[in-house]
Amino acid sequence: MTASRIADAFQAREHPLLVACTVAGDPDYEASLGIVRELVASGGDIIELVMPFSDPVADGPVMQQAAARALSSGMNTDRLFCLIRDIRSEMDVPLIILTYANIVFQRGISRFYRDAAAAGADGVAVADVPVEEAGPFRAAAAAAGIDHILFASQTTSEERLSSITEQAGGFIYLVAAMGVTGVREEIDPGILSCVKEVKRRSGVPVVPGFGISTSGQIRAYAAAGADGVIVGSAIVGEIGGHAGDRENLLPAVRRVMNRIRPDALRED
Amino acid sequence: MNDSSRFGPYGGRFVPETLMAALEELEEAYRTIVPSEPFQREMSFYLREYAGRETPLTFCRNMSDDLGCRVYLKREDLLHSGAHKLNNALGQALLARSMGKTRIIAETGAGQHGVASAIAGAVLGLNVEVFMGTEDMARQALNVARMRMLGARVVPVKSGSRTLKDAINEALRDWVTRLSETHYLIGSVVGPHPFPAMVRDFQTVIGEETRRQILEKEGSLPDAIVACVGGGSNALGMFVPFLSDEVLLYGAEAGGEGLEGNHGATLCAGRPGVLHGAYTYLLQDAFGQILESHSVSAGLDYPGVGPEHSLLKDCGRVLYRAVTDAEAIDSFLYLSRKEGIIPALESAHAVALARKLAVYQQKNDILVINLSGRGDKDVAQVASLMGSSL
Repeated sequence: MTASRIADAFQAREHPLLVACTVAGDPDYEASLGIVRELVASGGDIIELVMPFSDPVADGPVMQQAAARALSSGMNTDRLFCLIRDIRSEMDVPLIILTYANIVFQRGISRFYRDAAAAGADGVAVADVPVEEAGPFRAAAAAAGIDHILFASQTTSEERLSSITEQAGGFIYLVAAMGVTGVREEIDPGILSCVKEVKRRSGVPVVPGFGISTSGQIRAYAAAGADGVIVGSAIVGEIGGHAGDRENLLPAVRRVMNRIRPDALRED
Repeated sequence: MNDSSRFGPYGGRFVPETLMAALEELEEAYRTIVPSEPFQREMSFYLREYAGRETPLTFCRNMSDDLGCRVYLKREDLLHSGAHKLNNALGQALLARSMGKTRIIAETGAGQHGVASAIAGAVLGLNVEVFMGTEDMARQALNVARMRMLGARVVPVKSGSRTLKDAINEALRDWVTRLSETHYLIGSVVGPHPFPAMVRDFQTVIGEETRRQILEKEGSLPDAIVACVGGGSNALGMFVPFLSDEVLLYGAEAGGEGLEGNHGATLCAGRPGVLHGAYTYLLQDAFGQILESHSVSAGLDYPGVGPEHSLLKDCGRVLYRAVTDAEAIDSFLYLSRKEGIIPALESAHAVALARKLAVYQQKNDILVINLSGRGDKDVAQVASLMGSSL
């Protein structure tokens, strides 16, 4: 595969990359575009755009509510690709789609990845497709020339981790908390040694996500060797909190980004 | 795709990475502990001495006269707890205990599986927490009280449509956070592998008994068997021992207001996709968002179906038909008055389909209906729907 925007970003990094997450269409299409601009302007290195699904079993209340807001604003897979095209027309930021299996199935697996690539996405992660079920998804990603992002966690067995590290494209999304998405104060005990272990075995960058919202957590993950962190609920929670208060929406997103962005850490 | 986790193209394990270890542990236990002699001995003790198996296969004189063929009811309504759900709840709770788990979580819609799980937890000494949508808690207050009386904690689910589908989502989310001590006791032949196969195996006792009983009584196999299908566990438990026989098999789905309106007839009107860990027929929009189902019967009010049913539909071995709310209520009263048996609204769908099929039967044809549960839980609802006309 030719070097992707994702690979380039990790190669060029001077600090752990911040993968900033937002739900496409939350609170609506136009606002989403503004939020992505703001995330990039305030230090987001990679954008994770969530295509919402009605039954998101990996997600906690903050992401569930965001998905519900987005779906009721009319978000669907066609509009997701329009949004990505709009983003791509003004920005070169690496962008991945995170969604659930049924969204991909219903468009047709090959067609979903083809459309994603054509719109300008650089990778796709499907939250409920473990490596055992990933065959057709991985093949479609390869055919479309975009990264097939896989997950690993503390409970991933030795054997399964081998197939994950073998097949992962872009980076490994390391699920850093045993549970659903959502802000957590603490770092799960055992996760830092897990970061080290996956990092040791993986040929692609390792990026923890789930429960990450403070610079202290980010520093700890970076010290363990993480190539970046994914911040979702902390950002999406701010968007939810200001969904009915548009004037303050983007400033709120900027504030949360300024609080957590890893390059700011170097200045302390 | 040709592995044990699939039924043709259906089934699989479409779950977040964090659940895979739990599914692997469960599959190992299902393969090694369940077939073992001590487990089977314990299981048959509880089914026989505690739950009251075997259940009768009742010849119904009045219905037979009325319909013009020989009608039998498989009486899962007489099982302890009042429905077939207990077969599976006892099986999985015993397995959970053998695996060293101390906590059971379960989802429930109408409350029947929640009650069965609470019973199994009580008798086997396991803590039970039942996830239930707040919509369903309001509709099924009696079963909420029964679960609490049995010592279970009922956890209200306020996400999504606040019904069974969301209760399953919430149970899956909870399971991830407390994997080491918790078993997720899923209530139907749905969910990721190995649940659909395991729940089917625990329910197959229904069909095995029926086969033996009908051969004793009639000296031949039935011509047709009818069962209702929500997730589809009572139907699969009944059908599996007859799959290689020349017996017509019919599944009655929730036709709700009719297939043009709101309904829960997943196999009749849905198309394949992924929900709750399995690739199977679903009610969904063009983009794959899951639609809310509707049925007068909470137990059939589910926008998915067990993946093995999807295969049985595609290969034509089982014929699935939709039965409307009105037809089910009519048959609820029909069976009550004809035979003195108040069926669950779920089972009333099977009775209604059997009454339609009777037209095609000869006088000596044998028709078996799986009466999956009793209707006490539905009496208040049917009374209020009937208003003064009851």
